[in-house]
Amino acid sequence: MNESITLNYDVDSSDFTRAGEASSNVKRTLKLMDVDPEIVRRVAISLYEGEINMVIHSYGGEIKVIITPDEIEMVLRDKGPGIEDTELAMKAGYSTAPDNIRSLGFGAGMGLPNMKRYSDDLKIESKVGVGTTVRMKVYIS
Amino acid sequence: MTIKDVRDALRARYICGEELEGREVHSACGSDMMSDVLAFVKDRAVLLTGLCNPQVIRTAEMMDIVCIVFVRGKMPDDIMIEMAKEREIVLLSSGHRMFSACGLLYEKGLRGGAPYR
Ligand SMILES: Nc1ncnc2c1ncn2[C@@H]1O[C@H](COP(=O)(O)OP(=O)(O)OP(=O)(O)O)[C@@H](O)[C@H]1O
Ligand SMILES: [Mg+2]
Repeated sequence: MNESITLNYDVDSSDFTRAGEASSNVKRTLKLMDVDPEIVRRVAISLYEGEINMVIHSYGGEIKVIITPDEIEMVLRDKGPGIEDTELAMKAGYSTAPDNIRSLGFGAGMGLPNMKRYSDDLKIESKVGVGTTVRMKVYIS
Repeated sequence: MTIKDVRDALRARYICGEELEGREVHSACGSDMMSDVLAFVKDRAVLLTGLCNPQVIRTAEMMDIVCIVFVRGKMPDDIMIEMAKEREIVLLSSGHRMFSACGLLYEKGLRGGAPYR
């Protein structure tokens, strides 16, 4: 594989049942490309956590995944409400998820720590009232 | 041990994937919070959970989990079963509560991962 591939997905914030379809699709694509299973798993988990966050915490947005021979870059951009204190949001256990989300199995405050742990590079830019962009990279070699 | 050994230990019943019961399992993880599960990466794991929605199947998919045991007799719906079949994930339902189900598998020699850091 020498060329690079870009995948684009829309993420709808109101559809919890379908949440994770983008991550599922990316995982399948990487498997078909014969990417190392450990790398595929790290990408899948990081992206899935990010996608779930977009569904649960944001008004929706889009995901772009760029696959090159050297790395997999994931860009998750949403339309708000934004994160006031990104450093606080990164803390293990910190969550603003309401009880109804907790009863769905999310809201442990572990998503962002997991994304940091499984990706090689994580950057969050957020502006309250505007939106959040999460960029993650997983290196292939 | 194999998926069949897990089923026998828990006296669980197959919801789908019985034909895959010979597959090996190497570790286990029990939780109702999916990000807790996602913090745990181990090869060929079994997931025990009392949570019953499509995101349980998705979480298992992302982690290459081979088998999900629904505790407390929880039963997934048709959408979840279809998703699991497509992904070759075995689904089991056990009447045991979480603590007992985990204990029974631990007793048989199945272990979790390292402590969370
Ligand atoms: N895209 C987003 N838009 C707005 N707020 C966000 C977004 N992503 C995360 N947050 C905020 O950061 C907090 C921590 O996120 P994190 O993913 O670590 O935990 P969680 O989603 O609450 O729970 P878990 O991921 O364990 O299910 C969230 O509770 C929320 O307040
Ligand atoms: Mg989260």
